[in-house]
Amino acid sequence: MITIEQRAEFRKHFRNNIASRMITDKVIKGIVFGCVILAIIPLGSILLEVVRNGAPVLSAGFLTQPPGAVGSDQPGGIGPAIQGTLMLIGMSSLIGVPIGVLGGIFLSEYGNNRFGNTIRFFNDVLAEFPTIVIGLFSFAVIVLTLGYFSILAGTFALSIIMLPIITRTTEESLKLVPVTIREAGYALGIKRWTVIFRILLSSAKSGLITGIMLSIARIGGETAPLIFTILGSSDFFTGFDQPMDALPLRIWRLSLLPYDTATAQGWGAALVLILIVLTLNIGVRYLFLRKRGGGSRFRITAGV
Amino acid sequence: METVKLKGGSPLFDKIFKIAAAVAATYILAIIALIVFQLVSGSYQIWAQEGISFLTGSDWNAVEGSESYGAAPYIAGTFVTAGLAMLIGVPISIGIAMFLAELAPKFLRSILSFIIELLAAVPSVIYGLWGMFVFRDYLRDWIEVPLNNALGNNVFLFSGTPFGLDIFTASVVLAIMVIPTIASISREIMIAVPNSQREAAYMLGATKWEVFKMAVIPYSKSGLIGASILGLGRAVGETMAVTMLIGNATGPQAFPTSLFGPSQTMSSIIANEFPEASQGSLHMAALIGVGLILFAVAICINMVAQLLVSRVLKTHQGAVLA
Amino acid sequence: MVEVADLESQQVYKMETLTKTPIAFKSSEEPRYKLIAENIVATYNGIEAVKNVSMKFREKAVTALIGPSGCGKTTLLRCLNRMHELSKGAKVVGRVLLDGQDLYSNREDAIIHRRKIGMVFQKPNPFPTMSIYDNVAAGLKLNGVRDKHIIEQIVQGCLEMVYLWDEVKHDLKKPGMSLSGGQQQRLCIARALAIQPEVLLMDEPASALDPIATQKIEEMINELKKEYTIIIVTHNMQQAVRVSDYTGFMYLGDLVEFGETKQIFENPRNEITAKYVQGQFG
Repeated sequence: MITIEQRAEFRKHFRNNIASRMITDKVIKGIVFGCVILAIIPLGSILLEVVRNGAPVLSAGFLTQPPGAVGSDQPGGIGPAIQGTLMLIGMSSLIGVPIGVLGGIFLSEYGNNRFGNTIRFFNDVLAEFPTIVIGLFSFAVIVLTLGYFSILAGTFALSIIMLPIITRTTEESLKLVPVTIREAGYALGIKRWTVIFRILLSSAKSGLITGIMLSIARIGGETAPLIFTILGSSDFFTGFDQPMDALPLRIWRLSLLPYDTATAQGWGAALVLILIVLTLNIGVRYLFLRKRGGGSRFRITAGV
Repeated sequence: METVKLKGGSPLFDKIFKIAAAVAATYILAIIALIVFQLVSGSYQIWAQEGISFLTGSDWNAVEGSESYGAAPYIAGTFVTAGLAMLIGVPISIGIAMFLAELAPKFLRSILSFIIELLAAVPSVIYGLWGMFVFRDYLRDWIEVPLNNALGNNVFLFSGTPFGLDIFTASVVLAIMVIPTIASISREIMIAVPNSQREAAYMLGATKWEVFKMAVIPYSKSGLIGASILGLGRAVGETMAVTMLIGNATGPQAFPTSLFGPSQTMSSIIANEFPEASQGSLHMAALIGVGLILFAVAICINMVAQLLVSRVLKTHQGAVLA
Repeated sequence: MVEVADLESQQVYKMETLTKTPIAFKSSEEPRYKLIAENIVATYNGIEAVKNVSMKFREKAVTALIGPSGCGKTTLLRCLNRMHELSKGAKVVGRVLLDGQDLYSNREDAIIHRRKIGMVFQKPNPFPTMSIYDNVAAGLKLNGVRDKHIIEQIVQGCLEMVYLWDEVKHDLKKPGMSLSGGQQQRLCIARALAIQPEVLLMDEPASALDPIATQKIEEMINELKKEYTIIIVTHNMQQAVRVSDYTGFMYLGDLVEFGETKQIFENPRNEITAKYVQGQFG
């Protein structure tokens, strides 16, 4: 037991260190705020430079024409790259969305077991995978098998990249549907798959669209897996057995050319790409994420 | 009417649907297994030729007749750049997360979280472009040259000729790229710390920083480590920005010795040389072999990270439901 | 006597709309007040949880705050050591005087004052990564106590005060989470006592505990009140009767009635208080 005398004695050992502790507290708060500023500067700089350097090149011709000869006075445009990116996004979605949504349904509705956990785990691992490895894989499976670089190989690679994002967001948004809605469906004697399609998916629609849009924004900026799949080209789409161009790939190629016109075009292409990606991101955020209150780990992330 | 229509599905259909969903889910596992198979079979040739020296050697010669491949410099380059990026990125990310989770007023919190997410949305190739034509000059003139002048002769880290396309630039840009990942996950993990922990520290007379140090950090430590490792996974696999900024040395010159010297990472050598390698050649097998090593490293890192992060967030979700 | 009557008269005006019962109060000796809350208004996102409550807490006595859930008793308790304002969207207006000094006079003081006013929470919340010993010593290190010998003495003394010493003296290095719920709660009380506070606030300290652990906590409160001013929030009326000397009954953010525990429970002056202590609602 502590006596009153002891307590008085103990209190003498308490230091009046509050002033110095408050200073430490303020200094740390300052440093922490500095960290935030430090992270915002690059974003500001990137947006500023992309707009400043990219805007002057923008024109109808730049957006629609094929690139001119390297180093010539006629720099041409990035028409094929825009076409390629749009086609890649569309075709990848055709594969990635149905499989991803079905996978998400499985995890949410039937995946409450060890098998489900295993898939969930590897799904998360795949989501963080180096995309260049996925590009190599697609090269080995599609390009080597078919014998040519093509939009098909690029589509395959990008569909793998978007898959885990869609699976995860589908599962998350299905799980947010209240159990009572599910039970109401089952209580009426409705078949499970009907409940899922007619009731659950329509309740979880906004979450689903969010996931799809985020995954599209992500693959839209992917470069590495395209190097060995669509290869790059100066022509508009000519066939499924031909190399193809895409915006990020074009930006990379332009950046490596030692001509100012090429660099300027690179910035222009970057402006177009960033507009696509950020529009999707801000759009999603504005439309849906607000409702969900944030919290999903699967936000839009950059391509590798 | 509607009810009758809804009821009209046979149990068989139910079963078929379940199987279809299971197949879709299994697709992910199949893809991962196939990736492993393809990488191993595609690089088999190089392992047969070089054996263990593919991991330890540093020669990189694609000239026919005197072909020789060693991936050691690129493995080292990958770890050095990613490690450096962590060194710069993790403290800043934790700081941002602390600000967002503990200090920021409500209106600032959502705006800043949004900005941090935008930072994550910028495609890698645009980071590369920006690094190449804008940021590199600032780094070179303000940091590299002064450091090189002051210490270059004595400290090997700062030796060489600062050019701006080197390990240092690549690492700093990598750090900028992984900050959003680490910061946003760390923020969530900090938010998952129950308020009762913070209150216990406040009750003892702690300042905000002391509350953070005493109640938040110890409670969320494993999750924060997981978030950082997830960032490391990103940094290790990151390709385009690094390829554009690291200077792309090959062979023994690619060994990272000075911060201000060019190097090469596993992903950048693949991106740089793959278009030149002819199909079925030893060169291509070597590049796929590098891909296999990258795969192995990345999958280890990611598995550890996922285990750490998901455990923390899962218990949190359980607590919320309870 | 006079002061309590004064205090009550502040409530009379408002209470008369609820009841016609006249309010008076009797006492015999000159009381000493350790903590005085004046015109506390506590809001949560603009909603008033505590509506202009004034209360005086006697030194070395146990005051219980009772009332149905949502009546603002916990919020009021949390205003007494400026814990309420830490919650998001929370605001407090009013004064809290500790030995005549206003806790709300400036921002920085909150940290000094919280040290003088210890708090025990509804659910035991030991620091999970710290050992039993470190949990108790946590506040000491914060307040600059460096002498290892003194820290040891305080840790042992505080664990003795909560009757935990004999149970854990061989396991001081074990994590605090390894203890049972009741032991954890006593550990948290020891942690609060270690920084040598003058007032102890307890927010339903036994609500998560079994009857035996509850009994131990109550015995301990009876022992602690010889030296401390204790304010306890409880939803358990028997507990209020067993441990407290004074009781305040709160309803819808108002302090409806405040007096000696015996009087409140045996002879409530207010109709609503009577109904509540008779268990007609809760």
